[in-house]
Amino acid sequence: MQERLKARARELLGDGVVTRVLGWKKGEFSYDITPAVFESAEELERDFVFDGFCGANLSKYLIQEASKPGKGKILVFLKPCDSYSYGELLKEHRIAKENVYAVGIPCEGMADADRIRARGIDGILGIEHEGEDFLVHTLYGDERVSVKEALAERCLSCKSKRHASCDELIGEEGEDVPDDVRFTEVARLEAMTPEERFEFWRGELSRCVRCNACRNVCPACSCENCVFDNPASGISQKAAADPFEENMYHIIRAFHVAGRCTDCGECSRVCPEHIPLHLLNRKFIKDIDELYGAYRAGESEDGKNPLVSYTEGDVEPSVVNERGRA
Amino acid sequence: MKYLPTARLDRFLEDAAKLRKIYVPVDGEQNRAAYRLWMPGTVVSKALNTTRSAKDFFFPQTENLVGFRRTEKKLEIVDPRRETEDFAVFGVRACDARSFSILDKVFLSDPADTYYANRRAHGLVLSVSCRRPAETCFCTAFGIDPSAPEGDVTFTDDGEGYYVRANSEKGEAFLESLSGVFDEADEAGEKEARAQTKRIADRLPLGTLPLEKFGGGKTKDLFDRPEWSSLSESCIGCGTCTFVCPTCQCYDIRDFDTGREVRRFRCWDSCMYSDFTKMAGGNPRLTQKERFRQRFMHKLVYFPENNGGEFGCVGCGRCLRACPIGMNIVKVLKTLAEDGNES
Amino acid sequence: MNPETMLPAICTVTEIRTDTPDVKTFRVVSRDGKKPFEHLPGQCAMVSLPGIGEAMFSVTSSPTDLEWLEFSIKKCGHLTEWLHMLEPGMEVTVRGPYGRPFPVDDELLHKNLLFIAGGIGLAPLRSVIRYVRAKRENYGNVEIIYGARSKADLVDYDEITTEWTRDMNVHLTIDRAEDAWDGHVGFVPNYVKELSPSLDSVALVCGPPIMIKFTVQGLTELGFRPEQIYTTMELRMKCGVGKCGRCNIGAKYVCKDGPVFRFDELGELPDEY
Repeated sequence: MQERLKARARELLGDGVVTRVLGWKKGEFSYDITPAVFESAEELERDFVFDGFCGANLSKYLIQEASKPGKGKILVFLKPCDSYSYGELLKEHRIAKENVYAVGIPCEGMADADRIRARGIDGILGIEHEGEDFLVHTLYGDERVSVKEALAERCLSCKSKRHASCDELIGEEGEDVPDDVRFTEVARLEAMTPEERFEFWRGELSRCVRCNACRNVCPACSCENCVFDNPASGISQKAAADPFEENMYHIIRAFHVAGRCTDCGECSRVCPEHIPLHLLNRKFIKDIDELYGAYRAGESEDGKNPLVSYTEGDVEPSVVNERGRA
Repeated sequence: MKYLPTARLDRFLEDAAKLRKIYVPVDGEQNRAAYRLWMPGTVVSKALNTTRSAKDFFFPQTENLVGFRRTEKKLEIVDPRRETEDFAVFGVRACDARSFSILDKVFLSDPADTYYANRRAHGLVLSVSCRRPAETCFCTAFGIDPSAPEGDVTFTDDGEGYYVRANSEKGEAFLESLSGVFDEADEAGEKEARAQTKRIADRLPLGTLPLEKFGGGKTKDLFDRPEWSSLSESCIGCGTCTFVCPTCQCYDIRDFDTGREVRRFRCWDSCMYSDFTKMAGGNPRLTQKERFRQRFMHKLVYFPENNGGEFGCVGCGRCLRACPIGMNIVKVLKTLAEDGNES
Repeated sequence: MNPETMLPAICTVTEIRTDTPDVKTFRVVSRDGKKPFEHLPGQCAMVSLPGIGEAMFSVTSSPTDLEWLEFSIKKCGHLTEWLHMLEPGMEVTVRGPYGRPFPVDDELLHKNLLFIAGGIGLAPLRSVIRYVRAKRENYGNVEIIYGARSKADLVDYDEITTEWTRDMNVHLTIDRAEDAWDGHVGFVPNYVKELSPSLDSVALVCGPPIMIKFTVQGLTELGFRPEQIYTTMELRMKCGVGKCGRCNIGAKYVCKDGPVFRFDELGELPDEY
């Protein structure tokens, strides 16, 4: 697949359809891949990579990359879940679409090196894909781990192999994945008593270091000046002066992206403390589905977001009480 | 030379905990280790390192500096500090142990930071040698020996126990008061344990790095290198690298009004943040490139220039694992060490 | 300096002068009515209103003012807006002094001095000028070139025109002509070139970055060497003692290695200010 992507990128660069390619750049190891802009066939040949470790969602970079004056069109490779983020950003008019050439690419799920490490495998020097397995070369000998066991959590609960907004596809278009496991963890939290749930989140959020990685990587967090960075907002903060503040940061953020979050899972991927932040957003998604009917943010560039449109059939605020405060 | 069999580690911690509070690394989910107060039953983590560095013990993420109360137009200053209790940190690796001497150079230089100095004076560092370094380790590149960490007391791991050696008077006194728990051993065993670690350290993929082009006096050579643009182009401007880093020590000072008093606290800050240098009148570092460059120039040029050539990195590798976009100091070093005139 | 650098002194504001529409000068004393600390011209202090914030300001009074400290502060942000709302008798906190002063007692001694300031940039130089006037016999000829947007924006206008002119040559300029102004009109850098000051003097320059840039260019064209030019810098600062990392330029910290720099020293630093 990597070679097909490279070949297509070379073609589009060569034909002058695009002037730059937004993709992934090889790292020191198998897993430390960096989003990068490639401007020539030579750069592509030397550094471009696409494999099971290209988890980073490239869509948010398009806000900047597609607005560089005189730079022409940029090619971007989008995995199915990335294409929803792209679609939502288009819908919010955050990306100059005329400057983007979006190529949808298939995805079999992305691995997470920390899940390999969690199996007691350390000193990882290289990872090779062998059928259903990863063959992991380490400082302490070779190890084998099944690809499935190495998949990131968000991929185990993948919502769709089908792309949203794209100009062309490489490979076969996939299908939606039934939501049979995606909301399992949310349901488990819902089943808790309010006290248990409060304790759960206090415990998780107490590890937050306020690095802002979740916010800065989030395609739905595209404000130019975040309320938490704005001294005039009155709630600008850099670290938690008391435990309430770190909770407030994440809760405000979850509310702010509600209805616009596409469940791409980047927040949890980048969290250095492995806080399952995606569960906050997924709870909103589940609620929206249940209260307003099935809805997928980013699925189309137009249409209405149920949280910012009114219909007579909308639920009343008292729904919270009726549902027993779950 | 003293020896502590692994089976007796708990007894050692139990006895030590009677003398002072003792913190040990404890496993969390997904191999995520963190320092916790040792209590009977606490299981010491076997993880190579903690997710957060050990700098928290001396330079916590938030710390109250001074309080203010206002009564009828009059201000009153409240010093929030209480007498610090003696404590010990067990399990500090060579990288983090070295980071303390780097932090000392900042915080203890004139005028000394009394908050930090106070914690340092009450803390005892019990370091442990590494037996299974990770691929992301590159402490050796900065002249750190993972088989012989600094600290008040060094525990050299031979797989079945620890050779225990005091390196300071404070450490000496601590071991003295716990002598009952140790066996006597000769130094040959410690030597062999170190040799085992060294054999692995020699094979580390990042064990040597091209540092010749970095260090004090290299500002002019490096500051305007065009590679800073491509290195920083996908940086998302978060503070992850900064906050997991054992030597990053920049901080902000802010006021928090509780309603009853104003607490002036300091908290970790990051030069990667867009508002780090923002003033009412403008911002000298307008794009992520300048902010990104600052972080690496500080560690690789400015810090050594002010501190006799010592680099401001200990090669713990935390940033290599934590960066959301897989960018890190090793890539920066390697890219800038190349002669290329890439534009 | 108090070894507890983070514990400030509580000071009372005894007098507030309105210098220009957006600059006020605050006179402060410690609770016992005395000068809070001794300083040298060019040094700074952290002034704060607890709950609002703390920031670094140049001490604009002279060490020879024995009973108080003064700060001339322009309203340009959150904290300064609050400071401008203070009334005499109210309290602020002050800690300092911080940084390296102008070398008034060594390198500048017996020299001809050329002060060049733009707008609020006069504030840091005011301390030096007052010091020089108090010890006038220790210095040679003194020229002052000072400009602002308008006459109303000239800080210390009364003091300048009634007192400074007695023993120094003062040249004032404003950016645009005004009815009540019969002096020079034009930008400071151009005025400096017009006046073509003597090359056997030491220049002390302070003002907005763009004014400093063009002034120093002009001085260089006239034949001034970087070793003859001093300036004082302003960057965001938090700790004041070279630790928090905020005011780092190259290997220097403006709060402790500056704020006063000689231009040959600045030439060694990366272009990041």
